Amino acid sequence: MVKYFCCAGLLKCSWDQACVAYWQRYPNPYSNHVLTEDIIFREITPSNCLISRRLMTKTSRAPRWMERYLPKHMASKAYVIEDSIVDPQKRTMTTLTWNISHARLMSVEERCVYGINSENSNWTEIKREAWISSKVYGLSRAIQEFGLARFKTSVTKTMKGFEYILAKMQGETPSRTLAETATERARETALAAKEKAKDLASQAQKKQYV
Amino acid sequence: MNSVGEACTELKREYDQCFNRWFAESFLKGERGGEPCGDSFKRYQLCVQRAIREKDIPVDGVDFMGPNKDKPES
Repeated sequence: MVKYFCCAGLLKCSWDQACVAYWQRYPNPYSNHVLTEDIIFREITPSNCLISRRLMTKTSRAPRWMERYLPKHMASKAYVIEDSIVDPQKRTMTTLTWNISHARLMSVEERCVYGINSENSNWTEIKREAWISSKVYGLSRAIQEFGLARFKTSVTKTMKGFEYILAKMQGETPSRTLAETATERARETALAAKEKAKDLASQAQKKQYV
Repeated sequence: MNSVGEACTELKREYDQCFNRWFAESFLKGERGGEPCGDSFKRYQLCVQRAIREKDIPVDGVDFMGPNKDKPES
């Protein structure tokens, strides 16, 4: 069983600007979980497309309720590969991102297609799809649900990071407002509380079976 | 942004700078040309590929756009 998710995003900048920003988007204030970033392969195809592979190290914190099922020594970092094709003729950029660490526990694959917005050619639309799966017997559904929730949060962060970099490229001084920081804190606290509740619920369920 | 190889971050920065300029000013404008920023890319790759081997990062044999098989839209 694979969980599928699909959404559309809009960047109020030209396709060219979006592509330029794509290569410069780390670090930004919303990317604290990205520790390293490298290009490990790059080529121009005979049809003049740019193909690249990016390797990233990201922090990967499992929620409390999941931790007990994981090996004690499990690394809190995950390696992620992001392949991309930029086609300047068709004006599309396609990216595919997936984790190569802990993939049996949870695999998240994301495909994004960046193209010119059909209503406003100065804007860029992103079609985003994700496939989330887990091979942990008996827990795959719960893990997938968690993965999906976390994926959705990360999409918001990605878009904010993008907007931050775009503003910076255009010479504005992007500032993270106090209100924004506060909202995010509140959201994180809520998320932590939710995980705690799940933890308690799973403990309670376990007790029932004992 | 840091490189996965601590020693490669400076080489990466040099290459990124060259690449970003070429990407915006030549590639997206439709200019066709050879390898972008060849020399700095080679130096950076020597460093980062060594780091990948030393850290045993399993990138070998992973197909380009790898797992993107026909996925069901469930």
